Amino acid sequence: MTQRTKLFLLNHGPLLTTVAIFLLAYVIGGQLYPAMQKPQVFFNLFINNGSLLIVSIGMTFVILTGGIDLSVASVIALTTVASAVLLQNGLPPLVVMPLMLLMGIAFGAVLGGFIHFLKVQPFVVTLMGSFFARGMAYIISLTSVTIKDGFYNDLALTPIYIPFVPNAYVYSYALVGPVLFLVTIYLAFFTRFGRTVYAIGNNEQSARLMGLPVGRTKISVYAFSGFCSALAGIVWSIALLSGYGRYAPSMELDAIASVVMGGTMLTGGVGNPVGTLFGVLINGTIVSLLQFNGTLSSWWTRIGVGALTLVFIGIQSLFYVRRKTSG
Amino acid sequence: MTRQKLLARVRESRLFWPLTALAVILLFDALFAPGFFRIGIIDDPVYGPHLYGNLIDVLNNGAPLMLVSIGMTLVIATSGVDLSVGAVIAISAAMGAVLINPALGDRLITNDILTADTTNTPLPLIILADLAAGTLCGLWNGFLVSRARIQPMVATLILMVAGRGIAQLITNGQIMTIYYTPYFWFGNGFILGLPVSIYIVAGVALLAWVLVRKTALGLFIESTGVNARAAYYAGLDERNIKLLAYTFCGFTGAIAGLILSSYVHSSDANNIGANYELDAILAVVMGGTLMSGGRFSIVASIIGAMVIWAFTITMYTFGVPADALTAAKAVLVLLVILLYSEFSQRLLGRWSLRKGPSHDAAH
Amino acid sequence: MLEPTDAILRMSRISKSFPGVAALEDVDFTLRRGEIHALMGENGAGKSTLIKVLTGVEHPEHGTIELDGRVVQVRSPQHSQALGISTVYQEINLCTNISVAENILLGNEPQRFGTIDWRRLNALAARALKRLDIDIDVARPLGNYSLAIQQMVAIVRALEIASAKILILDEPTSSLDANETSLLFDVMRKLRATGIAIVFVTHFLDQVYQVSDRITVLRNGRLVGTYETGALPRVELIAKMLGRSLADLETVSKARAQHELPAAEAPTLKAAGLGHKGTLEPIDLELRPGEVIGLAGLLGSGRSELARLLFGVDTPDAGTLTVDGRPVTRFSPNESLRHGVALCPEDRKVEGIVKDLTIRENIILALQARQGWARYLPEARQYEIAEAYVKLLGIVTPSVDQLVGNLSGGNQQKVILARWLATSPRILILDEPTRGIDVGAKAEIQKLVLDLAEEGKSIVFISSELEEVLRISQRVIVMRDQRKAAEYGKDVTAQTIIHTMAGHQ
Repeated sequence: MTQRTKLFLLNHGPLLTTVAIFLLAYVIGGQLYPAMQKPQVFFNLFINNGSLLIVSIGMTFVILTGGIDLSVASVIALTTVASAVLLQNGLPPLVVMPLMLLMGIAFGAVLGGFIHFLKVQPFVVTLMGSFFARGMAYIISLTSVTIKDGFYNDLALTPIYIPFVPNAYVYSYALVGPVLFLVTIYLAFFTRFGRTVYAIGNNEQSARLMGLPVGRTKISVYAFSGFCSALAGIVWSIALLSGYGRYAPSMELDAIASVVMGGTMLTGGVGNPVGTLFGVLINGTIVSLLQFNGTLSSWWTRIGVGALTLVFIGIQSLFYVRRKTSG
Repeated sequence: MTRQKLLARVRESRLFWPLTALAVILLFDALFAPGFFRIGIIDDPVYGPHLYGNLIDVLNNGAPLMLVSIGMTLVIATSGVDLSVGAVIAISAAMGAVLINPALGDRLITNDILTADTTNTPLPLIILADLAAGTLCGLWNGFLVSRARIQPMVATLILMVAGRGIAQLITNGQIMTIYYTPYFWFGNGFILGLPVSIYIVAGVALLAWVLVRKTALGLFIESTGVNARAAYYAGLDERNIKLLAYTFCGFTGAIAGLILSSYVHSSDANNIGANYELDAILAVVMGGTLMSGGRFSIVASIIGAMVIWAFTITMYTFGVPADALTAAKAVLVLLVILLYSEFSQRLLGRWSLRKGPSHDAAH
Repeated sequence: MLEPTDAILRMSRISKSFPGVAALEDVDFTLRRGEIHALMGENGAGKSTLIKVLTGVEHPEHGTIELDGRVVQVRSPQHSQALGISTVYQEINLCTNISVAENILLGNEPQRFGTIDWRRLNALAARALKRLDIDIDVARPLGNYSLAIQQMVAIVRALEIASAKILILDEPTSSLDANETSLLFDVMRKLRATGIAIVFVTHFLDQVYQVSDRITVLRNGRLVGTYETGALPRVELIAKMLGRSLADLETVSKARAQHELPAAEAPTLKAAGLGHKGTLEPIDLELRPGEVIGLAGLLGSGRSELARLLFGVDTPDAGTLTVDGRPVTRFSPNESLRHGVALCPEDRKVEGIVKDLTIRENIILALQARQGWARYLPEARQYEIAEAYVKLLGIVTPSVDQLVGNLSGGNQQKVILARWLATSPRILILDEPTRGIDVGAKAEIQKLVLDLAEEGKSIVFISSELEEVLRISQRVIVMRDQRKAAEYGKDVTAQTIIHTMAGHQ
């Protein structure tokens, strides 16, 4: 029994650490700033970090294969601008949204194809993708474009009240992340695709020798990340009711940090979307804490997130070494 | 032709691709951008008579990238990469701006003091502090890579995440405008009609060249990049070599930050030096250094940086806005990726095989 | 001899060469249904090439492969799996982060509506393992289990996914302890009973005699012979692996160094109880100026491990090492270089050459490393040194500016040797310096070693060619099972050494 517990702790150590850090940060915050005790503050985490949660989930799969996707933030910006302009030109939202998602998938698949077939390092290819998407956003429009579409307006402004919690609400677009989260749990743990992702991240060579579809899976993972980025872009454009090439600056770094804080190893193979959810929540909580504090400045977020990322890389290698030696 | 001559030619060919690329862009300009090559002499009230024109802009605007490319070359040659150069530029620029700021700290300030042409710190000290800050960043990266054994992309990503936050911390989150004129000299001044920045590039390149070619460091770096294990067996300390490469890269980032902030008269922690990491990697790869490490050429990387800026200035003359330019640059990266991919290398290999015995040396 | 139906695999007259080396020449290999067949030979004998041909990694230039009586062309590893030939490597090609059950069945897992049916997956995997009497929790990550279990999981995967008829186990026991090894052997015997043919590649003699039915010995890319295990005494097996029949070896050895050692001189290098957990039992060694010590032993006997300790590549966790009477405290190749110790490593591709650098740069590398970065050898001096060694060792190249990667294996080996000679070491450790070079060059290197000894240098000479060791060594240390089995003087015979290697004193 104790052996089992020990193994459980070793296998889920980083995830438990993440959850603990989140709870600790939240409880401490609640003690310091009583306003943070309100349930709405918790739900605001989802409203304010809707896009981050979505791209981080996509990023999780990419990082699980041992890759990285630096293009996510630019694809968000591109999606907001493209949807805003298309809507302005009178295309119905129900055409624009699928179109954007298709664009994201195609974009990611092309990047994945470069990575797989040309054997170029992922960060080079996706950095290039990032340049391309950001540039395209400006080519479409150099200035911010407002969205006046009625459907988007409704989505943006209609609160949905949370059952059993008085006065707590979210906006519809804040639900996209949690729903996607549930879908990816299924993907990660109950499909061959998900398990192949893990296998590739552990040892690509082995996965290939085991006869698993390495190339197809890798390309799919980048396509999925592209899909998530476009989805996050749609959420962003709904939340701000506008599109602009400057949106989501360096969000790829926030996403990577959230994934790493969620216990996913940057070398691949270890981690899961559950951790990423909490990684995003930690990120959001740090921002909330700074806001409630009022005197601390926003850049402490970046420094804090950077420091936590380093700490987690350290924690992971510690757990990893322990598990390797405790055979 | 003797084998020796053939080999000599192959070695020179390291400059072949970047020079070809530069030639293609300039040829394009010659054909489609009349007046691109026009160089005039202007008598500047502040900096005296000097040359101006697109080509001078390529040199002056490209100088920071050339500097960063020098550092990046050494890092990539050890089979590493430094993603934090943009952040290092921001930190160095922030350092300079803050030390100049005549109204430091929480002291009540009036606009008069803030916009006065004075400095809080003597210029040499500012320069030293800039360089120290950047070098320290490089040392930190080098430590993570060589001692903590974190893979380079991950290790430098940490500073990439936190670096701009640190730069904001230094400037207290403000976009600081600089009014101290002597500081402008680095990015705007001229010596003998040519930009000061290009002399700085020449100086740093010379320093780097002496370091790697007149001592055994170049040999050590290349050995480590090609086969770290064999290098260790041969008695090299691969860890210190990596530490040095990253530290030097931080140092060049610091100088780039100095020149950039001097050029734009301000320090904007969020935007200064943005995208420099990919530009520098691109310049180095165009210069023929493989991402897997090994053989490198500093001069080729500098020419690679020039190609990027010749391309950029060309786009400007065609009225492409700076923001949209990144898309065009992405296409350039794509071309380079395609050119250097295994696939086209194989194609090239087959081509030279058909041509005969030069195959041996062709790669 | 063999009933035709008895053989499941028949490889005839297989030849395969790589640039400059004939890896396999006219090798025949026959495998029977339900046998464990050991494949033996020293490094470079052609074992791994034969396996690669069988698994479709390499394609033979000549020869045929008959599987179940039908001639087949094995096109790729995937194809060989489809034909029922599966390989389990020493480094296990599975994923340690996913569960045992997934490792066994992923790619062929039971699904319901596109969803993995975890309960059935686990049940199927557990049943497959049960058949080999392995009872473990298949839902736990593979990494939680020992290497032995991982190996068996790999075997089970081969059986389940590929329904293998031929199982190749490539050095499966090198990282297993005694218990784990016997567990693996039990599994192998069970598989044999079901009619599966097993090719067992190993360098542990004991294990071969424990588990195998027949032995095929390869040497220098040629077939030495296939024998019934029971009919081949251990001593003869070693003699066959090392080349030469026993009688032949008796007649060598008189060409060895004749110069007299300066008597009673203090040892230049002295190891007392030097050991490293898991790779080398504590060992004593004394080396005097002008002396050549031969280290004989089979692959895995601890000979290379000793060399790595002496050169400071690995840090010993027991005992002391003194060079010139001063104890060594910091272990690193760089430190050893400064003490005048040099090691020409065994694996020239990984530990030796820097392929994208020129011959000149490769030769001066160690010398320059000792000098430090600041005192760069002038270019003229570099050329002088490089050209001198190219001439001395007869390296065939148009110029010293050629990339080392473009040279043949033998010439690369000479470049590495030159690198170490250029540091003018007082103690030179040579690990298989003559492997893969032609006969003429071999003699040159042997002569060079003797000349160096004459100059007063101390040399540790490691070779799997007994003849060579006998020829040039003044003392021979025989290694077996990661320890010093015996030490002999000048007049030792090949017979004695082989008996020591085989384990009977």
